[in-house]
Amino acid sequence: MLRLEKISKKYANLQAVDKISLDVPPGSIFGIIGRSGAGKSTLLRLMNLLEKPDSGAMYLGERRVDTLSGRELLLERRKMGMIFQNFNLFSSRNVADNVSYPLEIAGLPRRQIDLRVGELLELTQISDKRRARLRELSGGQKQRVAIARALAAEPQILFCDEATSALDPQTTRSILSLIKNLQKFLQITVVVVTHQMEVIRAICEQVAVLEAGHLAESGAAKTVFAKPKSSAAKELLHAA
Amino acid sequence: MPPNLHEILGLLPQATLETIYMTFASTFLACLLGLPLGIYLFVTSPAGLRPQSAVYNILSRLVNLFRSFPFIILMILLMPLSRLLIHTSIGPAAVVIPLSIGAAPFVARVVEAALEEVDKGCLLAAQAIGSTDWQIVRKVLLPEALPALVSGLALTIITIIGYTAMAGAIGGGGLGDLAIRFGYYRFRQDITLAAVVVILTLVELVQLGGTLLSRGLLNKR
Ligand SMILES: Nc1ncnc2c1ncn2[C@@H]1O[C@H](COP(=O)(O)OP(=O)(O)OP(=O)(O)O)[C@@H](O)[C@H]1O
Ligand SMILES: [Mg+2]
Repeated sequence: MLRLEKISKKYANLQAVDKISLDVPPGSIFGIIGRSGAGKSTLLRLMNLLEKPDSGAMYLGERRVDTLSGRELLLERRKMGMIFQNFNLFSSRNVADNVSYPLEIAGLPRRQIDLRVGELLELTQISDKRRARLRELSGGQKQRVAIARALAAEPQILFCDEATSALDPQTTRSILSLIKNLQKFLQITVVVVTHQMEVIRAICEQVAVLEAGHLAESGAAKTVFAKPKSSAAKELLHAA
Repeated sequence: MPPNLHEILGLLPQATLETIYMTFASTFLACLLGLPLGIYLFVTSPAGLRPQSAVYNILSRLVNLFRSFPFIILMILLMPLSRLLIHTSIGPAAVVIPLSIGAAPFVARVVEAALEEVDKGCLLAAQAIGSTDWQIVRKVLLPEALPALVSGLALTIITIIGYTAMAGAIGGGGLGDLAIRFGYYRFRQDITLAAVVVILTLVELVQLGGTLLSRGLLNKR
């Protein structure tokens, strides 16, 4: 689905991402774990085409995407959804208008947008808040709205950057199970970035462990949990 | 009615209307110039949507240069422009042109500051969704910054009221002109006082309106 070949990214004299190669299989939940500052968010921004790698190549399906620019780049980004730790919703818009934003951007007619927003809020189980203002929502509810917005343009792939790190354990579980159910139901690919082992354990089939910008190890989540090879993986398991 | 009061009441309405006219016409034109400039400054700034340090640094210095220029001198320098554009360099209409150009860099900074306050996460989300820069500006940046922009507008109007008073010194008309012509040259402190009271009232009203509107917008969220 998404294939990275020796992707690197440097900020000033910091090698934030160092020759990372990954293969995210279609229709799965792929985890990326690492300590704070390991380069997880940077890697996600590269995968999401928000930043250009200094070197390496990236393919979405058969198409090389890291070299795209202009209109083509925007259209490719629209095939990807993203959710964040702090939700990053638009406070000037209510719930429904946040979800409709990607559809407005894509130029859908109003009637179609309204229908689709209804479906999406249904899908993320937050229909009762359709007309609510953001400040009336809890963190978990906000993340549901953010997921609805991320899925609005029917992306093939959903990126989650620490999507549950601002939530309490119970809400975390409900959001994780929502993501898992949506992945199955919509047949999409999900990439989850986290520093919490529990998140990987709960929903990921495969996992990549990052340490200081490079790939420490990767493989089936079960295997990495049972027999961690790298010191980074052992440390993360120990902390959990 | 005492003769003094009668005279003051005869002079004030005209001068007040002139001040209001100069203020609003200049604010409108200053925003017309300053809003796009402020947006452009933000977009090209280091933390903006499309950082361009060379363009940003040049524009930013120009804006600072204009802003640190003594306003009264800027007005005098710009007066020939009024002569060129509206064929006169005295009266309220004539000072609107230097006023707007003089206030535009101020507006640009106010706009830039308001946009800088918008949550960077929102912008990241809008970019991830595949918005064009123009869509982000129009559908995210400006709506998110609206309460701050409204406060900034009030600040701009107040600053321009101050400028119009100075414009009185070079024949602009309005309350500043009244204060200078009567109060300063003819020692009529009662007229100066009356002009000052009206100016302060205008400033207070704009401040109040701006605060209420901005707060109202925030409360709607
Ligand atoms: N835009 C940037 N400019 C300069 N340095 C950056 C930038 N973005 C990230 N970095 C640096 O790159 C390194 C990796 O950052 P990144 O945000 O990817 O880490 P992370 O694994 O997501 O950490 P966290 O768990 O704290 O979110 C950090 O040292 C960070 O300071
Ligand atoms: Mg991060």
